[in-house]
Amino acid sequence: MNGELIATLLRHGSGIHARWIGCEPVTRQRIYFANHTSHLDAAVLWSALPANVRVLTRPVAARDYWSRGRLRPFLANRVFNAVLIERKKPTPNDNPLEAMLAALGRNGSLIVFPEGTRNPGPDPAPFKSGLYHLAQRRRDVELVPVLLENLNRILPKGEFLPVPLLGSATFGHPIFLQKSETKAAFLDRARAAVIALRSP
Amino acid sequence: MNLSFDHEMLWLMGGVLGLLALATAVGRWIAARVTSKSARATVANLNARIRAWWIMVIVFAMALLTGGIGSVILFALTSFLALREFITLTPTRVGDHRALFWVFFVITPLQYWLVATRWYGLFAIFIPVYAFLFIPLRAAIAGDCERFLERTAKIQWGLMICVYCLSHAPALLSLDIPGYKGQNAKLLFYLVLVVQLSDVLQYVWGKTLGRHKIAQRVSPNKTWEGFLGGILSATAIGAGLWWVTPFTPLQSAALSLVITLMGFAGGLVMSAIKRDRGVKDYGAILEGHGGVMDRIDSICFAAPVFFHLTRYFFTP
Repeated sequence: MNGELIATLLRHGSGIHARWIGCEPVTRQRIYFANHTSHLDAAVLWSALPANVRVLTRPVAARDYWSRGRLRPFLANRVFNAVLIERKKPTPNDNPLEAMLAALGRNGSLIVFPEGTRNPGPDPAPFKSGLYHLAQRRRDVELVPVLLENLNRILPKGEFLPVPLLGSATFGHPIFLQKSETKAAFLDRARAAVIALRSP
Repeated sequence: MNLSFDHEMLWLMGGVLGLLALATAVGRWIAARVTSKSARATVANLNARIRAWWIMVIVFAMALLTGGIGSVILFALTSFLALREFITLTPTRVGDHRALFWVFFVITPLQYWLVATRWYGLFAIFIPVYAFLFIPLRAAIAGDCERFLERTAKIQWGLMICVYCLSHAPALLSLDIPGYKGQNAKLLFYLVLVVQLSDVLQYVWGKTLGRHKIAQRVSPNKTWEGFLGGILSATAIGAGLWWVTPFTPLQSAALSLVITLMGFAGGLVMSAIKRDRGVKDYGAILEGHGGVMDRIDSICFAAPVFFHLTRYFFTP
């Protein structure tokens, strides 16, 4: 109820237009991996999913950012049901990979940003290895590339007031880790799959 | 703005609703008869457009019924949504962010506040002079010089079309026309009706008889048959609506002709921008029509000219 209201506000506020060109918006287990340019990315991508998919899909987000203040923890825990991970210094007790695998469970899906941090440049930064490890441990889960556009113009890095432009999220063909594919090759291929979603 | 409602306004609204009911019936009748795949797609788009028309007409009628202020707010929101689509298509940079914040949240509301308070002197120059000087200054302070002139020009142009030009439509409500006191809502209705009918009729004539392309590169769907048929039939209807205006039938015909020609110009110019940016529509908010900008491009061009002609010739 709360979540639906906030998702509706986010959708209208960001003008997000979801284009499912490589797959359908269904509830099968997936890891949505997207480029990261704005603080809005996780929330807006989450809001762009249909309600039945959204309740099963949890954004993976940085604990250092989402634990500050009062609003962010409320949103992360009560609304987005985010999987908060330690990105600075993971310890054996606080291993992001285990947290993400636990969140996937038997019917969950995830939203991840493999660049690890917001990148203002035109192309996504090289992907960090978390996506590879997830793909290796869960070969049954579809890995869906997502290209987020214009969200960095709505709220660029370093700005705090948003400008009401129209964002878009393009969902591509799912990819899987192939047999004997190296980590570097897989991460390159995943990154290329996001870039390939740009409209010509 | 105190507006009263008379039986003429009711006739106008009743007429439009009747027309929509007829269009809905015809749309269903055609949908049941077409067989080929491409024709079916065209008819599905036609019926989506008609459904969106119902919503637009009901919203517009309700705004008019509030007696002025509702219309100003409706056009302000329309400007906001159109500008949003326009700037989204325009490649601005991070250095424009603060300037854009002012454009959306300060300059646009202020322009409509000037409409609502009938401050004509400032209304007429606020965006062409003050916003024009402020936007490049704000962008210069941000310190990004790359493509500076191009970026500033695009933001200013979007503001002129989406906000300044469109705000002349509700500004019609503030004209003091002798013998027409309190009836200006009909004038706004008249402008919007003639512009949109002209668009619809150009579409209908073009789809049924269109052969000769008028501007192949800019807008492949526009034909000479659609242009002439649409302009002439919409002008005839506009002339026939003289009784809701302060004009004589002949004056009404002349003004309708100007409105329809300007509307055509607006559609053509805004199409050229879409072609340049490589898109078909400005947005997807109105099913079948595309974006808000796709629907109001003709009003943006027609409103200021109609406003000034009426103001020059019909107010003391």
